[in-house]
Amino acid sequence: MSLDAKLGIGETVDLGSHTFQAGEIKEFASKYDPQRFHIDEDAAARSVFGRLCASGWHTISMWMKHNAASFPATVERSRQWGTPIEFGPAAGLRDLKWLKPVYVGDTITFTRTPRAHRALATRPGWRMLTTDNAAINQNGETVMTFTTMVLMKAE
Amino acid sequence: MTDKKWAFEDFEVGGAIEFGPRLVTAEEMIDFASRYDPQPMHLDEAAGKASMLGGLSAAGLFTASLFMRMMCDAYILDSTSQGAPGVDYVNFRKPLLAGDTLTGRSVILEKRVSKSRPGLGFVSVRHELRNQRGEVICEMANTGMFLLRNPETAA
Repeated sequence: MSLDAKLGIGETVDLGSHTFQAGEIKEFASKYDPQRFHIDEDAAARSVFGRLCASGWHTISMWMKHNAASFPATVERSRQWGTPIEFGPAAGLRDLKWLKPVYVGDTITFTRTPRAHRALATRPGWRMLTTDNAAINQNGETVMTFTTMVLMKAE
Repeated sequence: MTDKKWAFEDFEVGGAIEFGPRLVTAEEMIDFASRYDPQPMHLDEAAGKASMLGGLSAAGLFTASLFMRMMCDAYILDSTSQGAPGVDYVNFRKPLLAGDTLTGRSVILEKRVSKSRPGLGFVSVRHELRNQRGEVICEMANTGMFLLRNPETAA
């Protein structure tokens, strides 16, 4: 079905990668998650993590940065199946798993894989798109997975 | 032993922890969005008004990150938190708009001591964030890990 193709169902998109630096880990955490193992190397060394590591909210926010950067190309690609898609607001996320810490110097690659979509009875032309997302470190270890539900205009 | 106010034993199943109020400014919403989710409805009042969100509205992950900060200030920083392996769900029920004042609560659903790591416990919590009209704008549930205050008496 062309809507599946238009929304890229089953196709994993490589969103690019980011190397996490100590300064940005502390900056994000000092604003949003100032637990000691995210803001202080010495305290992190004494914690269960053993070293300074990023807040999980920082990791998922960095995924979103790469995800949003991919939107123009995704919209452009959808034109081959007619009216281009439009990204709307997120309804939520589920099964967010921080499987391994993201440490200073780790290079994390982000992906998304759209899985399914359904019509919204209350908003003609809009659909709810369910997408599985991942973050993988330089050793090939998956450090984070989660599923998002986002409104998409797709006809 | 710990000098923290909140250890595993201090979370009471059925009990609630209230937090806030917290005024949310356009500046901090735009600061987050410009770094991590630079979609027009998160950056610009006119674009927000034109979208289904109805005004300059926070990125979902700003709402979640601010939610985390409010919980940090209310109890997590003064706790034996060892981080969290993930989040069961985050639902964005209504837009967070610039100038909203948020209050929140965490309700303790259940808790148990780790079988493999005595001295560590799991606390399952349902969290909600409301705006100044009392509307729930965001719901979240997760299980956090907390050290016991008195591991030797837990068994």
